This record gives sequence, C-alpha cells and structure tokens, in this order.
Amino acid sequence: MSQTDHIGKGPNRVDGPLKVSGTAHYAGEFNVPNLAYGYVVNSPIAKGKVVQVHADEVLALPGVLAVYSHENVPHLAWFDRSYKDLLAPGGSPFRPLHSPDITFNQQPVALVMAETFELARYAAALLRVDYEQEKHETNLETKRTEGYLPGGGKLGYAPPPPPRGNPEKAWKNADQKIEAEYTHGAQHHNPMELFTSTVEWLGKDKITVYDKTQGVFNVQRYLTGVFGLSKDNCRVVSQFMGGGFGSGLRPQYSVFMATLAALELKRSVRVTLTRQQMFSIGHRPNTLQFVKLATNPDGSLASLQHHALHETSLFEDYTENVVNWSGMQYQCDNVKLGYQLAQLDVYSPQDMRAPGAATGNPGIEIAMDEMAYAAGLDPLEFRFRNYAERDQNVDKPFSSKKLRECYREGAAKFGWDKRPLEPRSMREGHLLTGWGMAGGVWDAMQMPSRASARITADGRLLVLSGAGENGAGTYTIMTQIAAETLGLPLEAVTFELGDTDQPQAPLQGGSWTAASVGTAVKNACDALGEKLLKLAQKQKDSPLKDADYDEVEFVNGQLRLRRDPDRAVVLRDLLQASGVTQVEAESTALPNMLKQNGYSLHSHNAVFAEVQVDEDLGTVRVTRVVNAVAAGRILNRKTARSQVLGGVVWGLSMALMEETIMDHKFGRYVNHNYAEYHIPVNADMPHIDVLFVHEDDDIVNPLGVKGIGEVGMLGVTAAIANAIFHATGKRVRDLPIMLDKLL
Amino acid sequence: MSQLLTSAPHRGGLPAPVPTGPVRLHINGETRTLQLAPWTSLLDALREYAHLTGTKKGCDHGQCGACTVLVNGRRINSCLTLAVMHEDDDITTIEGLGTPDNLSPLQQAFVDHDAFQCGYCTPGQICSAQGLLNEGRAHSEAEIKELMSGNLCRCGAYTGILNAVQEVVAAQGEMVK
Repeated sequence: MSQTDHIGKGPNRVDGPLKVSGTAHYAGEFNVPNLAYGYVVNSPIAKGKVVQVHADEVLALPGVLAVYSHENVPHLAWFDRSYKDLLAPGGSPFRPLHSPDITFNQQPVALVMAETFELARYAAALLRVDYEQEKHETNLETKRTEGYLPGGGKLGYAPPPPPRGNPEKAWKNADQKIEAEYTHGAQHHNPMELFTSTVEWLGKDKITVYDKTQGVFNVQRYLTGVFGLSKDNCRVVSQFMGGGFGSGLRPQYSVFMATLAALELKRSVRVTLTRQQMFSIGHRPNTLQFVKLATNPDGSLASLQHHALHETSLFEDYTENVVNWSGMQYQCDNVKLGYQLAQLDVYSPQDMRAPGAATGNPGIEIAMDEMAYAAGLDPLEFRFRNYAERDQNVDKPFSSKKLRECYREGAAKFGWDKRPLEPRSMREGHLLTGWGMAGGVWDAMQMPSRASARITADGRLLVLSGAGENGAGTYTIMTQIAAETLGLPLEAVTFELGDTDQPQAPLQGGSWTAASVGTAVKNACDALGEKLLKLAQKQKDSPLKDADYDEVEFVNGQLRLRRDPDRAVVLRDLLQASGVTQVEAESTALPNMLKQNGYSLHSHNAVFAEVQVDEDLGTVRVTRVVNAVAAGRILNRKTARSQVLGGVVWGLSMALMEETIMDHKFGRYVNHNYAEYHIPVNADMPHIDVLFVHEDDDIVNPLGVKGIGEVGMLGVTAAIANAIFHATGKRVRDLPIMLDKLL
Repeated sequence: MSQLLTSAPHRGGLPAPVPTGPVRLHINGETRTLQLAPWTSLLDALREYAHLTGTKKGCDHGQCGACTVLVNGRRINSCLTLAVMHEDDDITTIEGLGTPDNLSPLQQAFVDHDAFQCGYCTPGQICSAQGLLNEGRAHSEAEIKELMSGNLCRCGAYTGILNAVQEVVAAQGEMVK
C-alpha cells in the first residue's frame, strides 16, 4: 500500500491555513517602508480630448507629491510592439497617460501621488480636468450592418472554420427549422480583490513589483518594454491573487501607473483601483448572435448556422472564439459559422472566464432546445441523435470524449426521465417548475512551461515554477504531483510560484495550468529522480545497480525496483549517506505535437437545472443543478469540485443577474459598483451536484488532465434558460433573464 | 461638434486636509496607537497603518463584505466606519481568530469544506460567520444562507461556506434541521 499516491484524492488546499487566517499576502499587502500612494482619475466622457489638467491646484496641498498626466509623462517607448503583452490582440494597445485623446469613458487621465492614501484620494477628487467632448457611439445595435472580420487575432484565436455542405439550401428545404437571435450585454470580471500594484523601489531603477496578475512574466515583459528596464531590474511577484477570471491576463493600467510613479519619484509606491475603476479594465463584450437550425425527419440536424457580432474598441481588434464550438458540438454536414467585430467608443474587451464559449454556448444550446421542441423531441434525446463522434471542424477524432456518459450520469442523478416534455406542466400553486439541460465543450490545451525541483538532505523537496494561484488550487495540485512523482508525503513538499525569478510558466488561464505547469513539475521531478537513481547506483552494493529509470519507482519515501520492491533504498538514507547537501533539476514541458496531431483535444460537460418561477412576480429561483464533467484525470477531487461549483455560480449569474448597463447618452456604464452589478449571494444558491465522469486520455498530456475552470461554467446558463422555458412556455433570448422579461 | 467641459477654479486655494492625530485602538487584544487623519476608515487604518492586511478591501462602499471585522463581538463593514470612532471598542480581525498553526474551529471548517478558492473574501466570510454565531441566530440552513448573504464570493464557494458554518453550528449543538 502506498501512502504517497496523492493524485486523484482530495486533500485540503495546502495554502488553506494561510488564506483562512489572513496571512496569505496579496499584491496590495506587502509592507514596504516609505510608501507613497497613488489614486487614479478617470475621464467622465467617452470621446474627445483632455484640454488641460489643473495640477498646480492640488500640488499646492501639503503632502501631495505629483500629478502625472499626458502633459508631463516622460518619454516612454515609442513603438506599439513595446506595449504589446502576450495576449495583445491586433491593433495598437492602449497607452495610459500617453496622449490627450479620450477613446473610452473612464479612461485614466491622471495619477495623483501623495504621502497617504487618504490624501491622494482627496486630491484626486479635487483635481480639475478640462475636456473637449465629441460625439461618441457605444450602441452595438447601430453597428449591425457594419461588422468586419478581424485581420489577426490574439493568442489562441482561430477564425471560424470554412463552411461545409450547403447549409442555407438545407435550411430552406427542411420542414422543421428555427431561426433566432440571442443577445447579452457587457459583463465585468469583478474579482473580489481590486487591481493593485505595490512597487518596491530598490534604487538605481531597480524595482520589485507585487502585482495582481495572472502572469508575472507577461507583466515583466510589458514593464521592461514600456519603461526600458532590464529584466534583472524588474522582478514581478504574485503569490496570491484575489480572483482573476481573465481580468489579470493582460497588464492593467494600475501596474503601469505604479511603476511610472516609482521610477519618477524614486520611491516605493502603491496604486489601488476602486471598484468603480474595475469597470474600466476590460469586459466580456456585448454580443449579438444569429442561429439557424433545421432537422431531418429522423431528428438529425440538417443545417446549423451560427453567426456572432461583438463590440471591440477603436484601437484593438479583440477576438475570442464564439462560434467555432458550434461546428464540432453536434454531427452536422451543412454548417456555416460567422464571426465579426464592430468598433465602438469603449475600452477593449478582455477574456473573461470561458471567453467566447460562455457567449456562444447559450446561443447554440438555447437554439438546440428550441429546435428539439420544434421537432417534438426531448432535448436530451435530440442531443443523443446528433452526437458528434468526430470533430467535423478539423475532421479528426477526439482524443477522448465521454460526453455520452456525462449526459447519462447527469440525467440519472437529476431524474430527467421523469420530465414531461410539455412546458408549464409542473405547477405548485403560483410556482411553475421547469427542467432544462445543455452541454458544453472547451479546449484541452497545454502551453510550454518550466519547473525546477530541489531535494535537500533532510528529505524536503522544493519545487518552483512561476505560475499563478488565482483560486484554482495551483499550490495544492502541484504539491500533489511533485510528492507522488518522488514518493513523498505532501508535508515534505513545498511548491512556490508567482515570481519572475522562478522558471518560466505560461499565463494562468485557459484551463491549461494543470496540464502545462503540472507536466513541467512532473518532468522536473522525474529529472531529479534520475539523478537520485544515479546517486543510488554509486553506492556500494546498490540494490538498484543496473536498473534503468523506467524500471524503478518512488513510493513511500523509497526508491525501489518495480518488479522487486524489496530491492529498495530509503531516499533520506540515500541523501544522507551520499554526503550531498542537495540535488536539483530543471525541466521544460512542451506539448507532444507528434502524438496530438491526429486528434481533437477537448473537455465536455452536461448540465441539468431545475427552476421555480413565480408566475405572478416573474422571479426565478434555481433550485437544483447537476453538472457532469468529463475533463480527463481529476488531480484533486476537492478543489476540482470547488471549481465546478464556482462555474455553476457563474453560469447562474450570467443567466439571471449579470449585466453592465451602458447609458448610451453618456457612453458610460451606469451600474459600475458591487451593489448594482448583480452577482449571486449565498441565499441564491441551489443544491448543486458535481459529477466527474471517468475519462482516460494518454494523448492530451502525460498526466491525462484537461482542465476544468472553464468547462464547468458552460451549459449552465443555457440549461437555466431552457428550464425557464419549460416552466413558463416563454422563450427569453436576451440575457440576463430578469423578472421583467417574464411578465 | 465638440463641446467644452470645464469647471470653475477653486477660489482661494483648496481647503487643507485635517491634520493627523494619535488614535488608540484595541485590536485583537493589543492596544495600538496609530497616527491617523480623522477621515481614515477603520479598514484603511487596519490595512495601511496597523499592517493587519487580513481584512480585505473589495469595494470600499459596504457592498461586498470583504472588510467584515468584529467590533465588540458584532460584525460590521470596516470600510463604512472611521477609525477615530472606535477608540473604546474591542476590535477583532481575522488575525485575532486564529493563526495558521492554531486555526479556530470556523477557520478549520472552511479549510476542510474548501469554502473558498482565491481566499480574498474569506476573512470577511469567517468574521461574518463568527458574528452570526455570536448573534445566536444561525438555526437553519435558510437562516445561515440569508445571514451570510452580505458577503460576496466571486469564486462561488457558497456551498462550502454554508457547509462549513453548518458544521460549526452543529458542533455547538444549535442546529435545527
């Protein structure tokens, strides 16, 4: 029996005790001496120019140190490429305080620096800025016919695949068909932690930047590019992040501002955004979707067409993959997918949890429900009849796809077989009950990543990789992988992350951290293991004398021969007897393209939801959700379940609550605070069951993991919308479904 | 067509900020004297002056609950009150409930039930839950859910939070099914 098999179990988070005791340090919590505080001033207009910044008035206040604006910001990098971070889309990145031009409401126009936070806030509130206001356009409805295809895209963007078959003809000829438009407004990530940077001035243009980010290397790349710092003089640290959901993938203007002030004042600086300013740093774009579906008499899909149009800024072509998933989710030979952008006077949108998929998924999955009803079929049965065995977008088989099992196990847990097909058929007094379902698909990705591992004579293992921890459980799963690889108890292993002094890791996003950093950690530990084997073989009369690395295993603190476990050495004895103080190794993990090339790599899920709608008031309560996920190997059942629970909350939020409302008259978001931007609270929680469907996959990566952060959110929004239809007979195609839409 | 937006200059210069003065606060059983301006919120006093950063700032407007602390055993949003108003009060922050090596029952229950992900709302959730226990009002699942609804969690860890609080309430023998 092994006590060092950790993967697949559910140990508590290793960073849990720090988080529950207030001793985990987030970006704004590094106590640096002689700190100056910054407060950002934002534009109240959406388009125009700054005419004058009356800095002199506030500079006269004792304790105010500086006011930075385009009027006095020193010469910075000239070319766009210096401002382009790893996730910059096509176009010209926004340069804070660069020019008098205003291109979106809430654009930062000045930074006020002072001896205290209170003073910086006071001076910022009093700072007069004169503007010349021009006519703006923030309404996507005005751009319905002005969409354009983005030229290039950002990392991970794939244009829709070319059409197949003759979808329009098939649609026209079909007896049963639907055509509908689906919309949702802008949404903001709103992680609990405000964007903050603490920049520690170390003298001579050398700084350490404690930043809220999902990628310390991306921030380092940006800051060295913009401010001309060498990498050695610009260390970026992010050990804990109070939620990201994509908002921390690109460097935010808070880190630009704090670094600028630190370099100018030659002093340590902290800049923290307000909750209101958290609505000026990127968002899930307002999107219009157009779907046409048709079926053959046997219930198979005859035609599938899905087009999306979403907003972007005037300066960048933000892209995400909205419609591509629709071409692979179901078997259909006549498919057309379209994707366009339209420019508005808004800030560039930014990846937000399951970017693209969270938008396209309700579009196609509500349409599938509508189509099922038009064809007189149970929505689950309809999906079985159109199950895709192959990814038709790229004409490849899936490396693994246990979606059928998700459907079956989820439906059984939910009790779907007792569902009457007819809407409005379950009623208790004035409460209408409805059951809906939907499914989702997300990419299983792996990015290049590095990690190092070092074991000391006391038997303790230290593993490093500059990855991120935004709540997904990175510390814990990496500790599990490292401990299992070298046969150690969890307590003997420390995993550290979030520092540009560590081996390079990719951005913390896309659900790829477990696969990418996890494989790097495994490789580094295996490289260390090989060194340990060699060390063992140097010993006199070594029981492992002629063994190859693949013939040995690390279990329960021993290095032993697989075929004859009695031939073993105790790791700690080995280290102490060999006289070395430490053994270390570093390794890189790259996706195995040769192995993966012939396959389509994806995670899947199926969601079943129950709602109760008050017929008189139009209020909706979600009472039950079952989310069945097939995402390869689950590394930690406890933290993985939490991620999926969180995904359900996000899907519920998108279905019923979340929307940033634009007042087009002012081109300004009007509910830019936590009271009016509604997200679920504890009292909104349904009973949630999370099921992990067993899925083996040795093609995606050596660990067989696919990631769960994004896929867990998919299907939920549509399942709830479909349940509302089943309860009320009313089809709402504009999210969020607030009570006015049901009255 | 463009339109000029200007505002009138501040006549006679800007009013000078009110100077700082010593403020005595009793935090986690310790008395600390901090040099504070009167407009310093209790939250900022804790984080920026006492360097007790366990108390979190999520909105600064009393909308999210991340800054919840216990004042004389009752939970309050520390962003909505000024430090100078609490000279005679007994303030307990998350650091005063337990340490990583000696967690309080609630803190341990939060770890066991994975009642958080990013951890940023967590100190506020735990202080709120402690306040709820102190209030003696958490007698049912519905009551806990309602009374914990002043604390937002964007990661969506609400199920774990409920279960963690339920466990501690049950251990105290107060839970009614």
